[in-house]
Amino acid sequence: MQWDVVIGLEIHVQLATKTKIFSGSSTAYGAEPNTQANAVDLAMPGTLPVPNEQAFRYAVMFGLAVNAEIERRSVFERKNYFYPDLPKGYQTTQLERPIVGPGYVDIDLANGESKRVRIHHAHLEEDAGKSLHEDFHGMTGIDLNRAGTPLIEVVTEPDMTNAEEAVAFAKKLHGIVTSLGICDGDMSQGSMRFDVNISLKPKGSETLGTRTETKNLNSFRFMEQAIAHEVERQMDILEDGGTIVQETLLYNGDRDESRSMRTKEEANDYRYFPCPDLLPVEIDEAFIEDARNRLPELPDARKARFMDQYGLNDYDAGLLAGDSKLAAFFEEAVSHGKDAKLTANWIQGELSARLNAEEKSVAESPITGAQLGYLVVRIADNTISSAGAKKVFEALWSGESDNVDAIIDAKGLKQMSDTGALESMVDEVLAGMPDQVAQYQNEEDPKKRKKMLGGFMGPLMKASKGQGNPKLFNEILVKKLGG
Amino acid sequence: MHNKSVAELSRELESGKISSLELTQQFLDRIKSEDGQFNSFITVTEEQALADARSADEQRAAGKATPWTGVPFAHKDIFCTNGVRTTCGSKMLENFVPPYDATVTENFRRAGAVCVGKTNMDEFAMGSSNESSYFGAVTNPWGLNQDEKRVPGGSSGGSAAAVAARLVPAATATDTGGSIRQPAALCGITGLKPTYGRVSRYGMIAFASSLDQGGTMARTAEDNALMLNVMAGFDPKDSTSIDRDVPDYTATLNEPLKGLKIGLPREYFSDQLSPAMEQQVRNAVTEYEKLGATVKEVSLPNAKLAIAAYYVIAPAEASANLSRFDGARYGYRCEAPKDLMDMYTRTRAEGFGAEVKRRILVGTYALSAGYFDAYYLKAQKVRRLIQQDFINAFKEVDVLMSPTTPSPAFIQGEKTSDPVTMYLEDVFTIAINLAGVPAMSVPAGFVDGLPVGLQIIGDYFSEARLLNAAHQFQQVTDWHQREPQ
Repeated sequence: MQWDVVIGLEIHVQLATKTKIFSGSSTAYGAEPNTQANAVDLAMPGTLPVPNEQAFRYAVMFGLAVNAEIERRSVFERKNYFYPDLPKGYQTTQLERPIVGPGYVDIDLANGESKRVRIHHAHLEEDAGKSLHEDFHGMTGIDLNRAGTPLIEVVTEPDMTNAEEAVAFAKKLHGIVTSLGICDGDMSQGSMRFDVNISLKPKGSETLGTRTETKNLNSFRFMEQAIAHEVERQMDILEDGGTIVQETLLYNGDRDESRSMRTKEEANDYRYFPCPDLLPVEIDEAFIEDARNRLPELPDARKARFMDQYGLNDYDAGLLAGDSKLAAFFEEAVSHGKDAKLTANWIQGELSARLNAEEKSVAESPITGAQLGYLVVRIADNTISSAGAKKVFEALWSGESDNVDAIIDAKGLKQMSDTGALESMVDEVLAGMPDQVAQYQNEEDPKKRKKMLGGFMGPLMKASKGQGNPKLFNEILVKKLGG
Repeated sequence: MHNKSVAELSRELESGKISSLELTQQFLDRIKSEDGQFNSFITVTEEQALADARSADEQRAAGKATPWTGVPFAHKDIFCTNGVRTTCGSKMLENFVPPYDATVTENFRRAGAVCVGKTNMDEFAMGSSNESSYFGAVTNPWGLNQDEKRVPGGSSGGSAAAVAARLVPAATATDTGGSIRQPAALCGITGLKPTYGRVSRYGMIAFASSLDQGGTMARTAEDNALMLNVMAGFDPKDSTSIDRDVPDYTATLNEPLKGLKIGLPREYFSDQLSPAMEQQVRNAVTEYEKLGATVKEVSLPNAKLAIAAYYVIAPAEASANLSRFDGARYGYRCEAPKDLMDMYTRTRAEGFGAEVKRRILVGTYALSAGYFDAYYLKAQKVRRLIQQDFINAFKEVDVLMSPTTPSPAFIQGEKTSDPVTMYLEDVFTIAINLAGVPAMSVPAGFVDGLPVGLQIIGDYFSEARLLNAAHQFQQVTDWHQREPQ
C-alpha cells in the first residue's frame, strides 16, 4: 500500500533576552547550578511575575518575520502540573490568545521548487528548570537556572510530507530567528528544540491518521533520523494491519530508537486558566511599528541580494543566506576576496567540511572571513595553486600563523609564473621523455591526449619543486606538443 | 498608653513624653500577659522590635521622623518579613523564614514603624472564624464574660483580636472575600479593604490572586488612613498594582458630609439579617442623615450570585497558587519519601489542613476538562455582572451602606462542621471583592453585648471618601472606643 506522510512541527525557540521572562535573573548559559534563580524563579511564597518587555518585542519581531498577525491583546495562562523542575507547579504560557497568530514560511527544496509551510500560531512561555538524575546517589538534583527563560513555541500546520521538507523548514526557521537576533540558535545548548508530529494515511486519503509526537530533537540530523524511524515504524504497524497509538515518544539519536513517554490515556489534564497575576498583554500599533523598524535583513531578502549583488546561483545564495552567521562570514570574506563564486566554493567546501568534522559552528571557526578572503585573492591571482591553498588553509586553521602571505612565503608555496623559466623546464622534461612525446603526438583521440598530458605534469612539478604554475605548464605543454 | 490610637501615640512620641523603646516594651508586656486568652499572635518578635524601637528613637532624635516612627503595630502572618518566619497559619510554612520583605512590610519598615510580631490567621487566609489556623483558634476579646467563647472572624482574626484587645494599636490584614471587614465587625474595630490594585500584593502570600487585597485594621478611621498612607501605591514588582497617585488619606477626614448620597442595597437588608442587627445598622444610617447625608434604596440585582461565583473563582486560583507547596524547595516535607509521588502526596496531605484541602479540591474540579466552561467561565461571567451592578449603583449614589455580617460573633465550633454555613458569613462582603471596589467596616453598635459592623462601600479608588465618612461617624459616636470586658 502507498502512504502519505503528514508532518507538523512544534519548535521551542529560546529567546536571547538578558533576563528571564518574569524575573530579573540572568539567562546566561552555563553558570553554576541555581546561581541564576531568584525568589521569583524559586516560586517563593508571595512573589509575583513581572513581564520582560524585550520578550514581547522579540515575539512580535518573529511574528512579523513569518508574515503573521500580531494579537493586540494576548493572555497568559497557567498550565498546571507537578514536577520538581517546575517551581510554581504550573507553567505560565499562552493558549487561547497567543501573541503571534497565523503566518507562513516558504522553504526551498532540493528539486528547485519552493513550498509554503503555514504557521498555526506562536506563543510566549517560560522554560522549566532541569532535573539532573546523575551524580546524586539515587536522588535528583534540580537546577533552576533555566527556569523562567523566555521561549516562543512555534506551531506549524501539518503541511510537510517528508523529512526533507521538515528539515528544510527547521533550517529556515533557524535562519530566521538567528537573523533576527532573537535566538542564539545554539541547538547543542537547547536554544532550539523540535517536537515532530507524524501520521500516515493511505495515499490520497482526506482523513488524517492517528499521530505520534516525538519530543525534544535538538539537531537537524536527529530530526531527520527520527522522522525516518517513526515513519518506518508506523508503516510497519499499518501494513501489518495494526493501529497507531496516540502517544508521545522520546527519540534517542545515538541508538536510533524511540521509547514511549506517555499515551493519550495517560495525558495530563493541565487545567489551563488565565493567570490572575498578569494582566492581558496589550500590544499597540506603535510597539509593532517599532518592532518592524528593528527587523534586520531576513534570509529570503538576503538570498535575493546575494544572487543580485554577487552573481551567485540560486543554490549557493540560498545556502549562504540561510544562516546569518554564515552569511556574515561570506560577506566579510568576499569584501576582501572579490571573487564571490570562488569564495562561496571555499566556504561550502573546505570550510564546511572542517567545521562539520570538528562539530564547530561558523562562529567558532578558527579562520576569519577576512583570512579566507585573502586566501581567495591569492588563488585568483595565481600566486598559489589550489593544492597550495589547501596548505595555507591548514596553517590558518591550526593557528600556525594568521597571515596568508606570510604562510605562502614561509612554506614556499608561491607558484612560478615566469613563462621563460617554465618553458625551458618543459623543453628539458620533454627532451627526456621522447617515447611519451611520440605516443602523444600519434594519438588522435583528443580525450586520450588530454589524459596523457597528465603524464608530463608529474615530472614538471618535480622539476619546479612543486612551484610551477600548473595552469601555465599546461598551456605551454599543449603549445610545445603541437596541440 | 494601650488605649491610645496611632495618631495619639505618634503625638506622644513627638512630644517626647514617651520613647518608642518604652512604648514598645509596654505593648510587648501586654502581649505577654494578655494574649494567652486570645492566641492572636503566632510569632512575637521581641528582640527585633526593641532593636527597631531604639533606632526609631534615634531617627526621631535626629529629626527624621514620620508619623509612624516608633509606633508599634503587627503584621498579619501572610506578609513576608525578611528574616522572621512567615507561616500563613499553616504547618506547611511552620518554619519558613523568607529572605525578602513584602512590599507592605518594606513600606512600614521604611516609615519607621515597629513590628512587634505576626498575627494569627486562618490557614492560607481560608476561613471566616480563625479556626482553621494550624496555630490554634483565636478567641474574640468580646463575649469573654459569656458562657462560651466567640470567634473573632477570619481570616484576619488575629489582627482584629489583637487590635480589639489593645495588644497593638494597628495591624495589617488582607481581604479576599471579607477577611478584613468581617473580623473587624466581629471584634468592634475599624477595617478597610482598598480597591484591588491599590496596595501591592508582592510578598503577600497568595490565596486567590484576582481577589486578594492587603488592607488596614485599627480602632479609628484616622488610624486606618495613616496606615493606608504607608501601604498604598504602585509597585513595579506587582503587575496588577495600579499606577495612580496616592493622596494623603488623612487630609480629607474632616470634610463635611453634607450632601453625601448614601445607597442602601435592598438585597443586603434581606431576611438573612436579624432584626436586632438591622436596627443597629439603620440607627447608624440615621446618624449619617443627621450629618447631612441623603439616603435612598438601590439594587445590586446579581449580588445573590456572589457566593456561588466566589467559591468557584477563589478555589480555582488557590488550587494553582498552592501548587508550589510541594516539599521540593522550602516549607514542610514529609519524612523519608519513597519517591516523587510519595513526597508530593504525603507532604501536601500532612502539611495542609482540612479547609485548605477542601478548597484545592473544589478549585481543581472547577478547572478540570469538561467542567471548566460550566464552572469557571460561568463564574467569570457572573463576576462581570456583579461589577456592572456596582458601577451602576455608583452612578446614583456616592457610597453604599449595609451590615458587614448577618449576625454578630458566633460561638467557637458552631460552624466548623458545616462549611456552607461558614461561607454564608461573607454574604454581604464577598461581592465587593469580585467587583474590586473598596469597602470598610465601622463599629456601629452592639447586639447581645457583641459588636455590630456597618459596611461602607465606595467606588473604585474612593478610599479617601470612605475614610472621611467613617471618621465623621466616629466624631459623633463612640462605638469604636468601647473596650471589651
